[in-house]
Amino acid sequence: MHQLTIDLEHITKIEGDASLSITVEDGKATTVQFKTEEYKRFFTEALKGKSVMAVPAHLSRICGTCSNAHIMAAIEACEMALDIQPSKQTEMLRALTMHGLVIRDHALHLYLFCLPDVYGKDAFLDFDENDPHQHQLLHDGFAVKSAGNFLATLVAGRSVHAMYPTIGGFIHFPDEAGVREAIERLKGVREAALRLVEEFRIAPFHFDRKTDYMALMPDDTYGYINGRIRTSKGEVYDEKRYRELVDHVVLPYSQASAYQYKGDPYMVGALARMNIAKGKLHRNTRESCKEALALFPSTDIFHNNLAQAIEIVHSIDESIDLLSKNTIEKEDIIKKPYREATGIGVIEAPRGALYHKIHMDAEGKIVDGEVIVPTGQNQINIEEDAGRLVEGLVAEGETDVERITWELEKLIRAYDPCMSCAAHFLKLDLQLK
Amino acid sequence: MQSIFHSFLVRHGKEVFRGGLGFAMIGDMSDKVAPFEKIKIGWFVFSCSEDNTIMFTELMNDHWQEWKRIFDFRHVKVLKKNNIFDAFDIAFVEGAIASPEHEERLKDIRSRSTKLVAVGACAVTGLPASQRNTFTDAQKEAVQYLVDRFGALPSVKKVADVVAVDASVPGCPMNTDMFLKAVNGLVAELRPELVEAVQAHI
Repeated sequence: MHQLTIDLEHITKIEGDASLSITVEDGKATTVQFKTEEYKRFFTEALKGKSVMAVPAHLSRICGTCSNAHIMAAIEACEMALDIQPSKQTEMLRALTMHGLVIRDHALHLYLFCLPDVYGKDAFLDFDENDPHQHQLLHDGFAVKSAGNFLATLVAGRSVHAMYPTIGGFIHFPDEAGVREAIERLKGVREAALRLVEEFRIAPFHFDRKTDYMALMPDDTYGYINGRIRTSKGEVYDEKRYRELVDHVVLPYSQASAYQYKGDPYMVGALARMNIAKGKLHRNTRESCKEALALFPSTDIFHNNLAQAIEIVHSIDESIDLLSKNTIEKEDIIKKPYREATGIGVIEAPRGALYHKIHMDAEGKIVDGEVIVPTGQNQINIEEDAGRLVEGLVAEGETDVERITWELEKLIRAYDPCMSCAAHFLKLDLQLK
Repeated sequence: MQSIFHSFLVRHGKEVFRGGLGFAMIGDMSDKVAPFEKIKIGWFVFSCSEDNTIMFTELMNDHWQEWKRIFDFRHVKVLKKNNIFDAFDIAFVEGAIASPEHEERLKDIRSRSTKLVAVGACAVTGLPASQRNTFTDAQKEAVQYLVDRFGALPSVKKVADVVAVDASVPGCPMNTDMFLKAVNGLVAELRPELVEAVQAHI
């Protein structure tokens, strides 16, 4: 019987810190544990007793890269509890905040984390500036990231822990010069984003797996804030029924939680959204990305990267439209008296469905709360896929620890886990017996 | 806030890439100054939201070409796979210290680093990662089994509680102007010969 033990610390280029333990016996992965290593910071416990007005800024601190999605989910939950209906302009500014986040966050993941694998590089900064193609990608990457960062900063005050969005509206509004510059910057990087779509359309990595998908999606558009929760089985749920969709699974070995849907694992994120709603993308995106969109619906987990690249184009197109066709004016914040109530906020964060729930008392103090993050919902799929990937490699006679590790890293990066949300770097402990 | 190298390059008509696609290549500094050893950088994350890591990657949008020339990103896990944990000219530390393993790791980093910079609110003040330190008795009781299960410290600490800190960049996320000011100051302190050589050409 062949025995091999791999103890790799620190798989890099994901958001946060996690470890992976795999035991393979007689060709079968008998144990697979994807563990989040981040020490709990107890954000939901710390909610208790806080004023409802403090909730968005508080829950934003769960995660840096997803912070603006947490703010949006928390605001939605608080507004439901306070019976506040935001204005149309507020909804538009929130949509722009999410588009800025999607462009910046997906660009970080695709250029800095994933493209080095495609080109056999250690780091994105190692791309060869004397090679015209790699030179172009290198400059594209920072340009696209910068455009998303600019949009988020213009509309929300910051691309991380945004300051302007609040319960009932915004406290600051973009000026005309800023809007003009944002439009120019977004137009300026659209070709770069299309080049990125092509990179991931032809990327050589593939891993097929059948699973259910779930995403919040509006009826008529491809958005990240409003709508109903839809599954790949064709089911549609109102946001208030989200608890029927997520069955908590305790992982005694991890600082995080996992979730199932009706007893089965499921996937959230860009691939889920694209599989469920590619027909709702911006018309210019559909036109420019025809060849790539023909690959969806897809069961290839690496098409999560392609779906993210398409979403960058979509967010660019949507943002240009929203900024060009609307005049932004100063608005007062909507305020309502406190009351005892429960509020639910559901957002499509870049990595998938994000759920916030709060219960406040008549004085506006939080009694209890809940946060369910995308990576927790993908946890079981990640473990199952990691096990199946290693089984396949072992069946092919692969014993090279570096090769197995690299394949696992690529797979996990394709899921784009956020361990700051769920927890934090990947440390691989692989045992072959 | 721009660095001394950015100022130098702009004064010499080398416009630095600012985010659009109409970039211009910056000049080759090796034409202007003698060859120099790059400044070895480590970036280490403890208990936090990694908002400062994200801000660092966003600062790279404007500074990556300049930083690539003067910094050796020796151990920056968000940027690269093959990280080297040996000696650092500057170690940036993000996050609060939540476990005995964190304490030992931080002391090890300190022993290998000429300068250590605490970045972000969790590293500088402990909060919000240390919010359980201020929980009510009822809240502490509710979470204690998880603190015990994973062997966390009884109280979460800021970086300066464990090791000596040379510079602090507060904020949640970190104030990027203060970060660049700290970087500029440390570069000038660690490589005065490089600064002098650059200034001689201004």
